[in-house]
Amino acid sequence: MTGSQSAQRRSGVIAEKLGMTRVFADDGKHVPVTVLKLESCQVTAQRTAESHGYSAVQLGAGKAKVKNVNAAMRGHFSKAKVEPKRVVAEFRVSEDALIDVGQEIQADHFATGQFVDVVGTSIGKGFAGGMKRHNFSGLRASHGVSISHRSLGSTGQCQDPGKVFKGKKMAGHMGAVRRTAQNLEVVSTDVERGLILIRGGVPGPESGFVFVSDAVKRDFPKDAPFPASLSGGGSEEGDSAEEAPVEAAAPEAEEAPVAQAPAAEDGADESAAPEDKKD
Amino acid sequence: MNIIEQLNSENVAKLAAEREVPEFASGDTVRIHVKVVEGTRERVQVFEGVCIARKNRGLNSSFTVRKISHGEGVERVFPLHSPRIAEIEVVKRGVVRRAKLYYLRGRRGKSARIREKRDDRATRAAKEEAKAISKKAAEKQTGADAE
Repeated sequence: MTGSQSAQRRSGVIAEKLGMTRVFADDGKHVPVTVLKLESCQVTAQRTAESHGYSAVQLGAGKAKVKNVNAAMRGHFSKAKVEPKRVVAEFRVSEDALIDVGQEIQADHFATGQFVDVVGTSIGKGFAGGMKRHNFSGLRASHGVSISHRSLGSTGQCQDPGKVFKGKKMAGHMGAVRRTAQNLEVVSTDVERGLILIRGGVPGPESGFVFVSDAVKRDFPKDAPFPASLSGGGSEEGDSAEEAPVEAAAPEAEEAPVAQAPAAEDGADESAAPEDKKD
Repeated sequence: MNIIEQLNSENVAKLAAEREVPEFASGDTVRIHVKVVEGTRERVQVFEGVCIARKNRGLNSSFTVRKISHGEGVERVFPLHSPRIAEIEVVKRGVVRRAKLYYLRGRRGKSARIREKRDDRATRAAKEEAKAISKKAAEKQTGADAE
């Protein structure tokens, strides 16, 4: 994330989680996959080291009804000349990976077989007890236990500390928090329908939005298109053909041209610290 | 149709094109040719028994085959569309009145037999065809007589 690696950092995408299914691999193995859909995932703004102190692209995805978009956001979208979006998020990128405002990212932005991190908001479980929330064992079913079969048990010692320590795992609100699932394999992509199939589960409910980006704990994907796989401009692949025009066109973006100064250190990762999946 | 269903039906079509799924139901005796990997070699192993259950869920369809192996009941659940199955062969059709034949688990020997379906659709259709032909011939005969 820091140092020499910051030289290469691509944008992620915003996708909608459609649900899960299975595919059979060529060797006959069954692979559980989550289907993610890209729906007009466009760049709505750029953040450059010159004017903002860091470089990032702001993406928007989904289609929002105009009446559901407030005036401020309407202005923002009209400035970028894009349709109103349901979600907007920033992805930190290295300066050479900035994408023009208005460009749409396609599903083959990720190469088959590469690893990605998926950020989503986990399904809310409401107020949950210790057994569900922290995998406590609960009390026994018999042997004199009454009414408290699912209780926590002891919460501490005796008069000596005379208090319950802070951070004691107890019942409380569970789920509905931002979670990152790391190192998930991309099984396949479908540009026409805008689908990305990812091995295993991703956080969040179906029809929820998730942020997919290159895995931070893996090597930079070599066979993935470099700044991004963009639609329009004639070339479907958006690979090397797209690369040059984007970089050339970058200075004419609404934002200030790409600064030549070394990339702003992206130590403060926008996807927060690596967390594991548990809620 | 939502996209997940669409993907599933595409997958089913693709897998069915590679290996055809014959029509069979619970009660039928089937022979399943399973691809088995042993070290680096791949060979085909046959599992023959009575299909005691079918689960129809599109791509996630499966069926259960039960056989008695060395005096011990063995059941295997196969995904219907699995590419690990080389072939599904229907040995004989059985007459049963249930969709799930779990009652066979408690039975042994004579009581675990299933009557074979004699009058299946193919033979019935053949019979009807034969009947129609003979009827037509008879009509012709009467027509000729009237003249």
